[in-house]
Amino acid sequence: MKYVIIDILRNKIVLAYTIFLLLLSFMLFGLEDNTTKGLLGLLNILLIIVPMICIVFSTIYIYNSAEFIELLVSQPLTRSRIWLSLFAGMAFSLSLAFLIGAGIPLLIFVPDITGITMLFTGLLLSIIFIAIALLASVKTRDKAKGIGVAILLWLYFSLLFDGIVLFLLFQFADYPMEKPMILISTLNPIDLGRILILLKMDIAALLGYTGAVFQQFFGTLWGQATSFIILLLWTLIPLWISVRRFNHKDL
Amino acid sequence: MIIATNVSKQFGKLKVLDNLSVTCNQGECIALIGPNGSGKTTFIKAILGMVICNSGFITFNGKNIKNNWQYREQIGYMPQIGRYPDNMSIGQLLTMMKDIRSGNENGTDEELFYAFGLDKILDKRMRTLSGGTRQKVSAVLAFLFNPQVIILDEPTAGLDPVAAEILKAKIIKEKENGKLILITSHILSELDDLVTQIIYIQDGKLCFQQSVDALQKTTGQIRLSKVIATIMTQNLLVP
Repeated sequence: MKYVIIDILRNKIVLAYTIFLLLLSFMLFGLEDNTTKGLLGLLNILLIIVPMICIVFSTIYIYNSAEFIELLVSQPLTRSRIWLSLFAGMAFSLSLAFLIGAGIPLLIFVPDITGITMLFTGLLLSIIFIAIALLASVKTRDKAKGIGVAILLWLYFSLLFDGIVLFLLFQFADYPMEKPMILISTLNPIDLGRILILLKMDIAALLGYTGAVFQQFFGTLWGQATSFIILLLWTLIPLWISVRRFNHKDL
Repeated sequence: MIIATNVSKQFGKLKVLDNLSVTCNQGECIALIGPNGSGKTTFIKAILGMVICNSGFITFNGKNIKNNWQYREQIGYMPQIGRYPDNMSIGQLLTMMKDIRSGNENGTDEELFYAFGLDKILDKRMRTLSGGTRQKVSAVLAFLFNPQVIILDEPTAGLDPVAAEILKAKIIKEKENGKLILITSHILSELDDLVTQIIYIQDGKLCFQQSVDALQKTTGQIRLSKVIATIMTQNLLVP
């Protein structure tokens, strides 16, 4: 795992990602006189960019280290250990990039609970999408196909899912949809993250009745704990499936 | 030492290994030969647990290799194409491998490492290495931990003649040390002074496994390439 981290940290893309995040957050906070506005802008970008970078980078990294994985598999190591080290290495380096890139500006400009929630959500999202990338890359052998699948998954989580939810909302507009919406939102880690952060901001009032129901659920300690657990599950389940797959894979 | 019993492997519809059964004993130097795509590399990967067979089993020192990983402590493997993390230097790679195999009790064998002059280019990144140098690194890694079994997949492909000779000398030396060596190669002429046994695989099936002496007797030829050619043309496939 140590070596995966060294290898990734040397990678220029991770460095570029860090600097990009850093510049972006400073720019957003600098441009807007109101930190809440800056925070909102950053939120939207983080929820789109972070998952994308994580999923695409991890998938490409896995494919590029295919031969290295082969080398490791021929050594006296268990397969689960190799796979988990890869995961841990990527999770550590990308989280570090995120912490430096977005964490420093966040802690400078909004050193309160909102900023910290955002930081945590961003970290969790990074890890979740690395886990999903592992799953996507273990299932497909072909590099181009694997990266395609990864991008599609990202597209699904960040755009298509919202579309489907909107569609459902319109279809069932006559029914009370607030409670089921909570359930539905747990099906997408990005949405869950967005709700968690929004509720920490005053903007939540703008969400209307749904917002009130969300506030009622996610606003409580119990609700927040549940949602963090769900986010953790979003990491663990793809990771677990991918380990099982990897254990039976031919290299 | 390594016993494969009725090993079969399918990739989709393609049967790569078909009921293959071989026995490899200590102190032998065995050449795995066969046409391209006959399943040699797949068989090697099955021994290493990189490919999981559909049926049949392989035992290493009497233990089934399925769901077992400790046995790989005793295997040194040189892949056909060795590729390593781009950003790592040779020195880091070696430290890493030593780290991974820190449980190794056989001591290390750095003879090839110095013979190939890798000690002078320790800081070079793997990305910048030529194919031949990478092969040298792979060879060094295969011998580094003094394993009981050494598996070499096309070892001399890409090596310059000097390096190939060094490697050959090393293989002979380790064979005399009583290790089991498995080699695949297409260049039969270079196997001449190395191998004691031949396993011939075609279309995933075992054609024959015989000692070189016996083959030389039946065919009346001395050079390996001639021996094989005679067998192929006269269909002397001895079961």
